[in-house]
Amino acid sequence: MKKFKNGVSIFYLAIIFLFLYAPILVLIGLSFNNSMSRTVWGGFTFQWYASMTQNDSIIDALGTTLRISIFSSILATILGTAAAVGICAMKKRNAQIMLGATNIPLLNADIVTGISMMLLITRFTHLGEASVMVSHIVFSVPYVIFNVMPRMQQMNASCYEAALDLGASPVYAFYKVVWPELIPGVLSGFLMALTMSLDDFTITYFTKGAGVNTLSTMLYTELRKGIQPELYALSTVLFLLAFGMLFLMNVKKEPNQNRKEAKA
Amino acid sequence: MKKLAKKTLSVLTTVLLILPTCFTMTGCEKAEDNSLVVLNYGKYIETDVLKRFQEETGIEVKYEEYESVEDMYAKYKAGSIDYDLICTSEYMIETLRKENELIPIDYDTLEYYDNIDPKIIEMSSSFDPTHEYTIPYFYGTVGILYNTTMVDEDTVSSWDALWNPDYDNQIVQINSQRDAFLTSLVRRGYSINSTDKTELTEAFDDLCQQKDLVYAYLQDETYECMISGDAAMAVCFSGEAAMGMEYNEDLDYCVPEEGSNVWIDSWFVPRTCKHYDAAMKFLDYMCEGEAALENFEYVWYASPNLYVKENEDEETLEDITVFPTDDILDRCELYVSYDDEMLDYTTDLWKKLKAY
Repeated sequence: MKKFKNGVSIFYLAIIFLFLYAPILVLIGLSFNNSMSRTVWGGFTFQWYASMTQNDSIIDALGTTLRISIFSSILATILGTAAAVGICAMKKRNAQIMLGATNIPLLNADIVTGISMMLLITRFTHLGEASVMVSHIVFSVPYVIFNVMPRMQQMNASCYEAALDLGASPVYAFYKVVWPELIPGVLSGFLMALTMSLDDFTITYFTKGAGVNTLSTMLYTELRKGIQPELYALSTVLFLLAFGMLFLMNVKKEPNQNRKEAKA
Repeated sequence: MKKLAKKTLSVLTTVLLILPTCFTMTGCEKAEDNSLVVLNYGKYIETDVLKRFQEETGIEVKYEEYESVEDMYAKYKAGSIDYDLICTSEYMIETLRKENELIPIDYDTLEYYDNIDPKIIEMSSSFDPTHEYTIPYFYGTVGILYNTTMVDEDTVSSWDALWNPDYDNQIVQINSQRDAFLTSLVRRGYSINSTDKTELTEAFDDLCQQKDLVYAYLQDETYECMISGDAAMAVCFSGEAAMGMEYNEDLDYCVPEEGSNVWIDSWFVPRTCKHYDAAMKFLDYMCEGEAALENFEYVWYASPNLYVKENEDEETLEDITVFPTDDILDRCELYVSYDDEMLDYTTDLWKKLKAY
């Protein structure tokens, strides 16, 4: 009976993973297909990987995407962390109001955020790459706040006060006492903001200026005449990069955890 | 704790407020100089031509692409970007012309305008009757892409083929309101621009009847579906048919005898134009022979540029998928845009059909 149960649970897990990863596997397969069509197998080739690096529009879009997501998530992390620190120091009622306000961009449909950002920005200046960056910061900040807040709340405020009593300046005390506690939250907030910014389409679409393209908006215009295989190659590279990063992070984490357990 | 939070907050907010303004300020200055904002269909130009134009004239082109006509209309109407030049389909140009969104083109400054086929310009009069707003860029037809191993040529010479019960579940109808109605209107001998409600209802009934035989309603995926041999025939645009035929030699394209639609994608200058002289230079460059030839070889739709016709080989010119013959053009009509009432009426029928 136990064996049967195990078998079922493994089968269930396998199916879930199959559905999750089958599309990505298909895409990786297609990136080696020596034919422009999705349905014809023209033999194995690396040509798309070679031509990908030659294609200006792809490289441009990749550069824009990286620039926007890295800058916006760094700025959003700084803003979000500061906001979390500030909200924790507020009175309960005010904190509640602030949290509610930061919730709005999370609950809003992307298209509403996108259009309202567009209307706001065109009111004062014109659209360009900077406008996309600003909008990405706007929708990333809440994610950072929600990652940092629990860390702030778990922390014992007396530690910080004790540091002050022992003669530390506020800034020194912050970096020695508060900051180390916040780091994991800040990091996960940063990664969250980065991923949100990387795969956003709707908000980017409305706030980008003429000639500015991120990978997602470029893909959209390519739909009309079929997607170029170079994009499969690019997606494969991006997937492998993300996969490698996750793998490394998890491998590094393990010895740490072991040490903690040993101490306990 | 509170004090520190306040301090850090105020410092950070000032920094963050200043940073983006730096970005936008530099953006502002750029817009003043020699640039041009162009909006075109996705993948509708050879990028080398675009690059050469920028090098030769020193004009910085901000090239923007869109996926569907409705998309373009929404983007333009939002007014968030001041476009200098737009290329789109004829019926949308007609709509925009009626909304007074077009600025006349100064043809006298164009050195190469004579390259454009007078026949196509003449055809453009249905949406640009005074010939002052548009320059044709590419054109093509709507027809049937079929698999020669499953269907023979005689069958598809008439739109009746799409109602032939022998091809149950092997017919791909086009997933676009006007093009789908076109097939049944023309089959009954009516005009593709019919506004007669009894004619449209008849066409609607036919389409409902056809639905039992239809494998799928597709547009962008049509050629993939035909390449893999999932269907015997499909209603599609000539350009897409050419793409499909490249991958599967069994495929062929035909424009049925009863007639069909011919579409023309043209350039026009919208009211938002801020760089008129640069726009004229760009249009002239698009009409220039070599550039047009390169664009043609990339896009592979029929080019109205006579230089292209003079310099292409016989085989390409005889390929009706790329260049429709005069005979085909004679039996095809251009779409005339519906007024609001007709648009609502036909959209309603289309919804009913899809839900039927």
